[in-house]
Amino acid sequence: MVNGIDSAKTKSFYEEGTTKKSSGLASWLFSTDHKRIGLMYLVTISVFFCVGAIFGILMRLELMSPGETIMKAETYNSFFTLHGVIMIFLFIIPGIPAVFGNFFLPLQIGAKDVAFPRINLLSYWIYIIGASLVLLSLLIPGGAIDTGWTFYIPYSVRSGSNISLAIFAAFVLGFSSILTGLNFITTVHRMRAPGMTWFRMPLFVWATYATAWIQIIATPVIAITILLVILERFFGVGIFDPALGGDPILFQHMFWIYSHPAVYIMILPAMGVVSEIIPTFARRTIFGYKAIAMSSLAIAFVGYLVWAHHMFTSGMSDTARWIFSLLTFIVALPSGVKVFNWVATMYKGSIDPKPPFLWVMSFIVLFSIGGLTGLVVGSLATDIHLHDTYFVVAHFHYVMFGGTGTIFFAALYYWFPKMFGKMYNIKVASLGVLFFFISFNLLYFPKFILGYMGMPRRYYDYLPQFADLQLISTIGSWLMGLTLILIITNIVSAIIKGKKSEENPWGGVTLEWHTSSPPPLENFEVIPEVKHEPYDFSQLEEMKHGS
Amino acid sequence: MNLNLNHNLNLNHSLNLDPNLNLNLDHTQNHSTPYGVYILVWLGLLTLTAITVTVAGIDLGNYTLFIALTIAAIKSYLVITIFMHIKYEEAIFKVFLLVSGMTLLIIFVLTFVDFSYR
Amino acid sequence: MAHNEHTAATEQHVHRDDVGARMGMWLFLFTEILLFGGMFLVYAVYRYQYPDQFLLAGMELNTTIGAINTIILITSSLTVALSIAALQKDNKFLSILMLVITIFFAFLFMVNKYFEWTAKIDHGIYPGSEQMLEKQNGEILFFGLYYIMTGLHGLHIIIGIVILSVILMFIVKDKITSTNLVKLENSGLYWHLVDLIWIFLFPLFYLIQ
Repeated sequence: MVNGIDSAKTKSFYEEGTTKKSSGLASWLFSTDHKRIGLMYLVTISVFFCVGAIFGILMRLELMSPGETIMKAETYNSFFTLHGVIMIFLFIIPGIPAVFGNFFLPLQIGAKDVAFPRINLLSYWIYIIGASLVLLSLLIPGGAIDTGWTFYIPYSVRSGSNISLAIFAAFVLGFSSILTGLNFITTVHRMRAPGMTWFRMPLFVWATYATAWIQIIATPVIAITILLVILERFFGVGIFDPALGGDPILFQHMFWIYSHPAVYIMILPAMGVVSEIIPTFARRTIFGYKAIAMSSLAIAFVGYLVWAHHMFTSGMSDTARWIFSLLTFIVALPSGVKVFNWVATMYKGSIDPKPPFLWVMSFIVLFSIGGLTGLVVGSLATDIHLHDTYFVVAHFHYVMFGGTGTIFFAALYYWFPKMFGKMYNIKVASLGVLFFFISFNLLYFPKFILGYMGMPRRYYDYLPQFADLQLISTIGSWLMGLTLILIITNIVSAIIKGKKSEENPWGGVTLEWHTSSPPPLENFEVIPEVKHEPYDFSQLEEMKHGS
Repeated sequence: MNLNLNHNLNLNHSLNLDPNLNLNLDHTQNHSTPYGVYILVWLGLLTLTAITVTVAGIDLGNYTLFIALTIAAIKSYLVITIFMHIKYEEAIFKVFLLVSGMTLLIIFVLTFVDFSYR
Repeated sequence: MAHNEHTAATEQHVHRDDVGARMGMWLFLFTEILLFGGMFLVYAVYRYQYPDQFLLAGMELNTTIGAINTIILITSSLTVALSIAALQKDNKFLSILMLVITIFFAFLFMVNKYFEWTAKIDHGIYPGSEQMLEKQNGEILFFGLYYIMTGLHGLHIIIGIVILSVILMFIVKDKITSTNLVKLENSGLYWHLVDLIWIFLFPLFYLIQ
């Protein structure tokens, strides 16, 4: 348990790989080391995040004023679809599990690697194939997909754009997600270090574990739905197309049976990261450890019961509508449990407001707004008014970008010294959080008001009375663009020429901080024997003496 | 075997006496089933197939589907427990199976909350 | 003591965990169950909406071929289980024999399927055909599901043939032996799953009368 490793002697995973050569492109692309795979995901996913963000900024530019501003309506349709497809399937679903789950799950449970390292590499490659198919669908003739990321029937069967290829890409990406989930579940069950009992696992592990279950159980449903749509397009098989007797609402059920639990694939790992960061920077053990751990499982479970709240205006039965509305409110309970426990952890803590902690503060505010407005659209009566308006757009951007997106940065800033052994500019990083918070609210808050006033989502044009708020939102998007540049540059320049970081700059006590930064190839010189609760800061002295 | 079993279900704080999950105590887990058992199960499956085909020929109204699915369920129980060895696996495997079965059931029930009240 | 054992394993560098491997396989099988489960859901909804037309369409399927294929698959499930048991008892010859029989049955299933499908297509019953479009909605849906579900199941059989053949080669070359047969066990699990799905496909499509 004692950190007795002299980092000068130990080769880090950068210097020693699983392939014959330990450097060069091939040593990364064919590496089965979970840390290298995590970093490859980090690079690829960040690139797609930037691509998605550019689509978003261009959309906002188009909406700056009514009528045509910079693009035709058809282009706009493709842009919002691509923004959604890229952000959801290429960034936010794989995001935290594939990058930080891969890198830190084995470290946090004291394992040498994941249970199936080669399958882990395979899942990265499948991700790359899926991502390439998405890009290919933009370039080949026929036109980019224009159905919205939900590709609802019947338009998705009739539209002439490259839908089959784009949704096949989603099918492939689903495979990657399944393999990652399968790997994590087996790893958690079979690879924990001696003494690492279930209730000594860090909460990020719990969250990732719960997420992995959703990945396994929900993803196949979207896979088959996509397959059915493709077969319907190619062979005219009657499945969902109403012209052949099919039921488009059944498609919506199938789509949301996956896509609602997928929302929890996106947010649960983020909640896990928050549960890591708060104790470290409050120097206090987490309040309600078991409650937080169990609430992750509860969210994963309840996530299966609520999908049809996306379909209140679709024409399904009234009974189904009120039952799903009722069930939706249950989700607020485990989410609330988490938020209250986080806040209680900080109470009387010795708070050190470093950038990762600031990100988490921003998260709690933005996520609470997003979560509470979720109840507004989850309740049947108000949803009839707000369905398919900007209100919904604002809600899920607060949850997804303000929630998961924020925590993606938090995780990056928290674990950066561990991953790279270097440190970024703390002042710039803190300013970045502030700018992010301001521009985020400027960009998305007007959408709540616009939606309440009746502005429908996905519209290319709008009435003059919406113009002011649309303009504010567009200005917010410019600031957001600049902020993202600031945040990313800070990270990139730290990777290139950052100062060497201390081994444990934040004073974390979970297992990843018990090894050198960056860790050696098999993570620990000696597999640690766990004797403490995960957030027991009395170990800190012991760890310092050890080194 | 028993130690491992405890391990996966041990959800309490107490210090775990067998913390070594990395090591599987017996690598191969040779619980070889006698050939006879498999052949017996096979005969059972054939009989059930014969029954389900015969019953399908009789008009029992709404019960036809129910009987067919019950027989299919019995057949899958046999395949899963004996052929697929779930009987001899650690308890956690059964929990897993239950989780995915329940999920499927929930999906069916909630979807029919819509379709049966249209 | 446990700790010492562990360091020994670390030095070996090779991490082997058969229970873990089987766990991974089962998790994969759950995704298969949910995949077909999604299709069964579509089937259930449409059968509920068009009960009479599903009956009418179901009459057109050949119960005999379906029953024969059921027996073939159940038997192949037996032989693959016997193959594993034989190798566990170090009886390499019997294991190989049983695996060869399994693969043979898998081919037989596909041959049957081929004749069944071609007969249907000769009668003009296939998605998008003129004859099909004249039928009622429920019938179109039934045949659409019939082709997709049995087709996807058939695809799994073909994949199974490939996997089992590779495993067969491994056994012949002694790369899979009685002390190291988790790959054979996992392929067996896959094959049983294919059988399991057929157990439900058979009554739902071929036994509607």
